[in-house]
Amino acid sequence: MIRVVLPTHLRTLARVDSEVKLDVEGQVTQRSVLDALEARYPMLRGTIRDQVTHQRRPFVRFFACEQDLSHEAPDAPLPDAVATGAEPFLIVGAMAGG
Amino acid sequence: MKTSKKEKGMSKVRILVGTRKGAFVLTSDAKRQQWDINGPHFGGWEMYHLKGSPADPNRLYASQTSSWFGQIIQRSDDGGKTWIQPGTPPGEPTTTPDGMPKGESNKFVYDGVPGTHQWYDGTPHPWEFKRVWHLEPSLTDPDTVYAGVEDAALFRSTDGGQTWQELPELRAAKGNLWQPGAGGMCLHTILLDRSNPERIFIAISAAGVFRTDDAGKTWRPTNRGLKSQYELPDPNAEVGHCVHRIAMHPSRPNVLFMQKHWDVMRSDDTGESWHEVSGNLPTDFGFPIDVHAHEPETIYVVPIKSDSEHYPPDGKLRVYRSRTGGNEWEALTKGLPQQDCYVNVLRDAMAVDSLDPCGVYFGTTGGQVYASVNAGDSWAPIVRDLPAVFSVEVQAVP
Repeated sequence: MIRVVLPTHLRTLARVDSEVKLDVEGQVTQRSVLDALEARYPMLRGTIRDQVTHQRRPFVRFFACEQDLSHEAPDAPLPDAVATGAEPFLIVGAMAGG
Repeated sequence: MKTSKKEKGMSKVRILVGTRKGAFVLTSDAKRQQWDINGPHFGGWEMYHLKGSPADPNRLYASQTSSWFGQIIQRSDDGGKTWIQPGTPPGEPTTTPDGMPKGESNKFVYDGVPGTHQWYDGTPHPWEFKRVWHLEPSLTDPDTVYAGVEDAALFRSTDGGQTWQELPELRAAKGNLWQPGAGGMCLHTILLDRSNPERIFIAISAAGVFRTDDAGKTWRPTNRGLKSQYELPDPNAEVGHCVHRIAMHPSRPNVLFMQKHWDVMRSDDTGESWHEVSGNLPTDFGFPIDVHAHEPETIYVVPIKSDSEHYPPDGKLRVYRSRTGGNEWEALTKGLPQQDCYVNVLRDAMAVDSLDPCGVYFGTTGGQVYASVNAGDSWAPIVRDLPAVFSVEVQAVP
């Protein structure tokens, strides 16, 4: 079970209160987590990554285990603590614009 | 032009206000004196535009956007009481029985390979979808709605906003020469012709006005007569003009009015040619322009000092009205601040209602929404302290 924490605006869109729990098949990567997230909450498609290219939106960042994973490859494995559900995968609005 | 014909028996007026930090719905009875303020809806999001369907006034569409999280389309089927992302009704599963996602309403994908337009410095720049600036519901079908987007293109949905398809031939009208204005390269105006369903006018900043006579299969620039001396290397270029807004009266679709970056313009031949009608305006820079609901020669603008100083001249907020279709203008000041006022009125932030006398409404970047229930003779604020107002639309509803 993967735990994903969404920023406030996306919680509102997805109609969830706090963190989201997802089943992810196969290797746990940014891509597989986001695929599972968007499949469960299709209203989030396009809000985190581009609808077509699947590139991360510039003002969105990915954190986990006190690391910035925003610039990791989409298919790179996420930390074991995320894959086991010990730590959440954080989707964060970049701190731009005040 | 926001509403069309004189509507009798309408008991309520509904104003849809899009702001930098949410949407608000303002309602009143037909006297238009006491207003209920409902909102913010979608608090914290930029609400570029909301508009109701002329065919079903309770069907509303809204553009919700964010530099962080992109474009969301919202729809209401009950006049703004509740909202859904089309294709994902509240309480229903968000996936099909086999687990496939249903929601596509946020998906705006250019048709084919969009190529490049001009960047600010004149170099080629790839087309990139950013947001929906304007939503224009069909005059006859509540499920059909057009979206004007940045980077400039026209999309259409025929399923109530669930899916969107581009009308790509517009970009074939010299799209490689279009360029962004200060606010981005946006398609901000969509005018539908009641007398000719095949005809659509659109306006882009900074490209100009374009017209189709075959429901979007082909388009051509209609900018002859526009002069952009300080913005374009060729002031009379066929495309590239920074048109801020165009308007028409539904009874006279061959006559168009335009607030250009500089210059207020008029066309009497469906955009084939334009001539200046700035006349005695204190400055001919501005953003909105609108037409009285019942007097096709009565038009309104809000002069702004300059393109770098986005505030009214002399700190006086003045709407100017011409009853002669331009050239002769009178300042409308009663009830508006006449000192120390430095707000702007953006291009989609003025609307007229269809009651008699005609109501005129506008919102400011200072968060005020002003109303006149006597065609502009006097004004009063409905609300003073909203976030910066992006758009104002008005509906007369039963």
